[in-house]
Amino acid sequence: MSKQEAQVVGTQAPQETPRETTREAPRVNIAMPNNGQTEPAGKKPVKIRTAGVNVFYGDNQALTEVDLDIRENEVTALIGPSGCGKSTYLRCLNRMNDTIEECRVEGTVTLDGEDIYDRAVDVVHLRARIGMVFQKPNPFPKSIYDNVAYGPQIHGLVSSRDALDEVVMTSLTKAGLLNEVRDRLHEPGTGLSGGQQQRLCIARAIAVNPEVILMDEPCSALDPIATARIEELIDELRQNYTIIIVTHSMQQAARVSQRTAFFHLGVLVEFGDTERVFTSPRDERTQGYITGRFG
Amino acid sequence: MTAPNTSTSALITASLRSRHAAEKRFRAYGIIAIATALVFLVVLLSSILAKGYGAFFQTQISLSIVFSQDVIDPKKTGDGQVIARANYQKLVRNALQARFPHVKKRREIKKLSALVSRGARRQLQAMVANDPSLIGATRRVWLTASGDADMFNKGAIARDIPEKTRRINDRQIAWLDALEESGALRKRFNVTFFTTGDSREPEQAGIWGAIVGSALTLVVTLILSFPLGVTAAVYLEELSVKNRWTDFLEVNINNMAAVPSIIYGLLGLAVFLNVMHLPRSAPLVGGIVLALMTFPTIIIATRAALKAVPPSIREAARGLGASPVQVVLHHVLPLAMPGILTGTIIGMSRALGESAPLLMIGMVAFIVDIPQGPFDPATVLPVQIYLWADSPERAFVEKTAAATLVLLAFLVIMNATAVILRRKFEKRW
Ligand SMILES: Nc1ncnc2c1ncn2[C@@H]1O[C@H](COP(=O)(O)OP(=O)(O)OP(=O)(O)O)[C@@H](O)[C@H]1O
Ligand SMILES: [Mg+2]
Repeated sequence: MSKQEAQVVGTQAPQETPRETTREAPRVNIAMPNNGQTEPAGKKPVKIRTAGVNVFYGDNQALTEVDLDIRENEVTALIGPSGCGKSTYLRCLNRMNDTIEECRVEGTVTLDGEDIYDRAVDVVHLRARIGMVFQKPNPFPKSIYDNVAYGPQIHGLVSSRDALDEVVMTSLTKAGLLNEVRDRLHEPGTGLSGGQQQRLCIARAIAVNPEVILMDEPCSALDPIATARIEELIDELRQNYTIIIVTHSMQQAARVSQRTAFFHLGVLVEFGDTERVFTSPRDERTQGYITGRFG
Repeated sequence: MTAPNTSTSALITASLRSRHAAEKRFRAYGIIAIATALVFLVVLLSSILAKGYGAFFQTQISLSIVFSQDVIDPKKTGDGQVIARANYQKLVRNALQARFPHVKKRREIKKLSALVSRGARRQLQAMVANDPSLIGATRRVWLTASGDADMFNKGAIARDIPEKTRRINDRQIAWLDALEESGALRKRFNVTFFTTGDSREPEQAGIWGAIVGSALTLVVTLILSFPLGVTAAVYLEELSVKNRWTDFLEVNINNMAAVPSIIYGLLGLAVFLNVMHLPRSAPLVGGIVLALMTFPTIIIATRAALKAVPPSIREAARGLGASPVQVVLHHVLPLAMPGILTGTIIGMSRALGESAPLLMIGMVAFIVDIPQGPFDPATVLPVQIYLWADSPERAFVEKTAAATLVLLAFLVIMNATAVILRRKFEKRW
């Protein structure tokens, strides 16, 4: 699969043969964190640090030696052609890959300096700290209220009915959905439109008050208006949360993120300030991708 | 550019005809299949109904019974025990003789008495026990007719059969006609059939014992197989790590579902009766045996239902930090419940109709008493049908068909319950 893709990429970018692409990869990789560190001081602290992450699906390597630092209260965008491992990377961060049997993760991922793959870490607690919004809206087939209330309830975050009501209301407000659903809180969440469902999923995620929110192409099923809403929302959420978003839209990455990571064939090719990555990419593969020459 | 387009369109038009024809043919096959199935169902049901309908009615004979003090309690003790043990048969015989005074010969009297069920004495006994002041009084009482009289009255024994091969002779027919003429013969809803257990006398035999036996057995089966089956399926499907061991289990469970039911009966005999010494003929043991049989069906159905739950729901719950058990209990299981119930009801229906394994553990015994609990000897509906079908008396033929109807009704009620439950679960989402 990835070999085929490599060949396709090779033909589209004639300067490089596929073999060179793979051989060159580690060098670029090692260079990237250095780039991050040499950037001006005064930046926000690192929230999540991944070092030397390799992910395998059976014998297939989906990610190779990924080193990436995610800073607190910033939006980090992950871009790259389909199948390059963006979702896989995202799922490493809240250990959603654990449930895929043939999936194996190597390397270290730390959250606030703590190794999340450590034996002592409870995934239930971890996932409460790192929320996730999926590509396809997936509300529970329950009422809108119950969808949002579910997280706080299972984690025992609220002690009274009133407190729960309040959490639900603030979460819906933050997700910019409350005005649309105020009179139908007890109707099924699956009866909402696609964009509303996605905002419901965001409300559900923030109801647990996570530190980090992972979003896997949250707007891929939405129209431009709903997309704009969610982008606005992401920008607001940035004040309180650390956000990592996978997107196929260059414009979206440019609009919402402070930092952008470009993945290609399971390798982190380039990572830096969004503005810098889009205006003066250092790697020609990044250049090719953002200018639409491949991907 | 237009040339290829028109030819494409022509090609499509040409292919459309055969496609439409294929579609029509397929629809026709479907309709024929459903019609055939319906015809069989209607034929089956109507034949059983025609045969069994009669059993829901019972012939009764009205007699003027003298509750004579001399017969019931000659010493005037007033003791309930003495009264209960009195010769009520004699009261019936006296009443019959009073009705037909010219019958004198012993053999004739015997024939006359044979028109009334032997259970009539229990009826009279109960009357006196309820109301001792009856002693000394005279009352008109509707007594149950004997099986043969009942069959004759319902037309199941024809008059034109030669007397020798007829179960009821010409004199008896004459008496019945006389009773009929004086309005002392009637057909009433057969309460006995729905309130008593089995009996050697067809007119006294009822299905209630078997209904209770079946219900007790199925309750045991459900209590054992449903939670076990669902838990096992959830574990295998949602919680366990797939490895060679679970593959091995899966193959075995699938094989278990295919094992002939009588093997489970042999197992029950060997383990539960011979080793564990559980009571013979008891619904408890029957239920355990049927639970073993139903267990794999429930596991397979539950796993299929769990597989059908979209993975996105699991991901959503996991992503929020629900533990694996919470994911299952809060989301997956409720969504899979309709499918699980369907599978369970299929398994339970099969268990309800099963007789072979129960024969092995002695549930085929002739049991008169209504079982009071899962430890009492009992029989079940299909075994009762089998027993009656095996009885020589003409009167048991309609009982057999009627018992089949009861079994079908039981099945319909079970299925309806499942449908209602399923609706309830579906509504929530
Ligand atoms: N569950 C899985 N089992 C096996 N291989 C997988 C699985 N999930 C992903 N892969 C493989 O891992 C590689 C990376 O997949 P991933 O889903 O991370 O790509 P992506 O960058 O998110 O792509 P897209 O933009 O299309 O969503 C692909 O080659 C894919 O085939
Ligand atoms: Mg993806």
